[in-house]
Amino acid sequence: MQRREFIRRTITSAAAVPLAAGSTALFAAPDAPVRVLVVFLRGGYDAASLLVPVSSGYYYEQRPNIAIARPGTAADAALPLDADWALNPSLRESILPLFLKKQAAFVPFAGTDDASRSHFETQDTIELGQAEQRSRNYRSGFLNRLATVLGARDAIAFTDQLPLIFRGDAQVPNLALASLGRAGIDGRQSDIIASMYSGSSLAGAVSEGFDVRSRATEALAGEMVEANRNALTAKGFEGEARRIGRLMRERYHLGFVDVGGWDTHVGQGAGTGYLANRLGELGKGLAAFAEESGESWNRTLVFVVSEFGRTFKENGNRGTDHGHGSVFWALGGAVRGGRVAGEQVAVSPQSMFQNRDYPVRNEYRAVLGAVFAKLYGLSAAQVQSVFPGSRPVDIGLV
Amino acid sequence: MSPRPTIENPPQPERRRLLHGAAALVAADWFALASGCASPASGRQTTRADAAARSAAIDLAPAEFALVNRVSWGASATVAADFQRRGRSDWLQSQLHPGTNDALPADVATAVAAYSISTAPFEKLLADLDAVRRDSDSRAKAAEDDAARQAAQQTYQQALSKVAREAASRSLLRALYSPNQLREQLTWFWFNHFNVHQYKSNLRAMVGDFEDRALRPRALGRFRDLLIASATHPAMIRYLDNEQNAAGRINENYAREVMELHTLGVDGGYSQKDVQELARVLTGLGINAGDKMPNLRPEQQPLYVRQGFTEFNPGRHDMAAKVVLGRKVAGRGWSEVLDELGRLAAEPATARYVSRKLAIHFAADTPPPAMVDRMAVAFAKSDGDIAVTMAAMFASPEFAPTLGRKFKDPMHYVISAVRLAYDDRPILNTAPMLGWLGRLGEAPYNRQTPDGYPLDESAWASPGQMATRFEVARTIGSGSAGLFRVEGASVDGPGFPRLASAFYYASIEPTLGAATRAALDRATSAQEWNAFLLSSPEFMRR
Repeated sequence: MQRREFIRRTITSAAAVPLAAGSTALFAAPDAPVRVLVVFLRGGYDAASLLVPVSSGYYYEQRPNIAIARPGTAADAALPLDADWALNPSLRESILPLFLKKQAAFVPFAGTDDASRSHFETQDTIELGQAEQRSRNYRSGFLNRLATVLGARDAIAFTDQLPLIFRGDAQVPNLALASLGRAGIDGRQSDIIASMYSGSSLAGAVSEGFDVRSRATEALAGEMVEANRNALTAKGFEGEARRIGRLMRERYHLGFVDVGGWDTHVGQGAGTGYLANRLGELGKGLAAFAEESGESWNRTLVFVVSEFGRTFKENGNRGTDHGHGSVFWALGGAVRGGRVAGEQVAVSPQSMFQNRDYPVRNEYRAVLGAVFAKLYGLSAAQVQSVFPGSRPVDIGLV
Repeated sequence: MSPRPTIENPPQPERRRLLHGAAALVAADWFALASGCASPASGRQTTRADAAARSAAIDLAPAEFALVNRVSWGASATVAADFQRRGRSDWLQSQLHPGTNDALPADVATAVAAYSISTAPFEKLLADLDAVRRDSDSRAKAAEDDAARQAAQQTYQQALSKVAREAASRSLLRALYSPNQLREQLTWFWFNHFNVHQYKSNLRAMVGDFEDRALRPRALGRFRDLLIASATHPAMIRYLDNEQNAAGRINENYAREVMELHTLGVDGGYSQKDVQELARVLTGLGINAGDKMPNLRPEQQPLYVRQGFTEFNPGRHDMAAKVVLGRKVAGRGWSEVLDELGRLAAEPATARYVSRKLAIHFAADTPPPAMVDRMAVAFAKSDGDIAVTMAAMFASPEFAPTLGRKFKDPMHYVISAVRLAYDDRPILNTAPMLGWLGRLGEAPYNRQTPDGYPLDESAWASPGQMATRFEVARTIGSGSAGLFRVEGASVDGPGFPRLASAFYYASIEPTLGAATRAALDRATSAQEWNAFLLSSPEFMRR
């Protein structure tokens, strides 16, 4: 299906769905489709350090060395969101402003039913998004099934390998922006190489590959010009996220990127330190993505997930071990933000899963299925083909 | 003794013994340049240079070139000369029954022999690494701040990574330079078939041994032996969690994958109940890296088995009777485990599943069913002899038409390019290749999931992957890229490779289409010409 057709379908199907109040901004510019970026924090980030349960005495009891101070009690204290929850202080300049603009929401007690606590198994579980109790098909990730349902050719993974989440029937390109150097092959050489494939089964892939490259290079060139003007050089994830923002603004509407470094068994820090730095970098990157998205941010959803949360109690190395329930983030103009969403429980010894971890009350397939249904106007059958056997639960994220 | 497979020896096409005039001149020029770059000869290099000199006389017909290109990790003057000297039938026999001599070039053999994985036995290596881990842990505990703690932990991680890098390097050097090309290809195939992932736990310390001692010696042997060697290696036991599998506390992970991925295949006719029952059979198979034997009741002690770090602990084994695939299995302990794995290997579904997978790797994404049938029959009749099964594939009339059409996965692409570029001058540093393989998404030992890397074109020919492949082609074509840089030295190798060799003009050029020839004619430098050749659609296939 061509892009124009895809857009038309998106609009038509969207129009057929009654829109919840507040989400009409989504479709304000009817010639531009919704953008979705899934960000996977690989390694199981410590969600209790992102969204701090400041009303819970149990939290401070269980984490004598790594708890983040209650708002107003220290320079690196948590930033208040509501009576129960506060945000990691490293996100003051990046994510907090989005929350205040009602463009950021957090879903605590989120995750999967997979209790293996294995990074790989649980990452696979999330990326495949298949019904439980069935033999896994490693050739079918849920974002690929979504791309297939949407008939879109404008999905892309910003990774050096095609991740499980994008494996499947739809052909999805991948492009690692973090390691993207200046292309060694110039325009003349690309044309000559493409000429060898003319008429062959790979002709489309070859020319699209060069196209993806050159768009990325263009985005990079613009970045350099601005960098010179503003005397700014974006490093690490921020630089990568800016490039993603540019590419998704111009061309791609369904994206995926992963960020590692969250497996904090040792010395994770509290309001400052290792984990706060990582969250700070991530927040800066996501804010940069929002900035680069420009006007299209109004129709964007960024969904941040991780395979599991970590143990609620700190371990003997001032770190945390593999746990269960996590906190997912939803950012963007498409989001009904400024709140903590989904089913909640009190953070207490009684509510812990297996006496040690956050429970999962917001199963991600149920949550995302409902989000996709609303964003794209999918039928129940289409949602089932993205998440077979799931029962969508609308927690009002969009 | 296993029966020697017979290979049909089809009528040899008449060889074109003479080069065409103009091409021969150009070839001679390029060749002179290439030789001029070679360093003065050690004994081994003289042999290599002789082999290269013979390439002036190598003149494989396109079908022969295609066969060599398929059976090996990529055609080169050396393997082509070997083929030409022996003839098709003898050469295939030598590939199917390679013996134990690796015959690596002396420099390469010396480099590999100096690796820590070559100098210490596996068990000692693991014990040493465990000592590093304990030391790192205690220094981390004693550390005053988080940074020092992180640094202490990193010592151990770096030691693990070094061992895995050595293993990957050894594997690549063998693929590049061993004359026993089919064994090296099958070694990769079996690792991928019995896949484990290096970043689980301490598997980085184990992947090299898993490949080298469990799989490679049996790569052309019996499937049952491969299956049992994989099942009882600590790498597999840890990767698929069988060390957690005990009577009353069943972990089905390995039991499921061994049926789904290693033997019967997902449609092989087993049920969830069979998975549970097989998991019970496998209880007690685990790892013991310490010195102590577990506490056992007196009647259990005779049933205890220990092989290296692999342990069968009867105290964890479910001794009750089971039913697997409709057969009653008495609880006996270790022999029960081995017998059940042997039965899985002998199932007709396994013959079909393994034959088809071999055919997908060695022939076509959708292999001709008649060929797979012949292979499955050969597999079943020979008690799972892989050499016999492979011989049946080579002898099938359906095999030849697949030649030259199979899309190279990144491993085949990178190795074949380096083989072509540096056939006569062995590279010593595989780090650049590991980098390319990483960018292309197929780094050694790095597939997370037990299904192994995909073998079909659709997994590797996406737009982004093609673009990256062309970048790699340019890098290989335009310089030595660090392939000759040894640790501590600042100098790299002999400039850029000379792909427009006598071998090229005699054996490769005739296989190129008009569009590729036209593109090569537009190259403005030898480096660019190299990049175009390595980017051509013909070079993407084998």
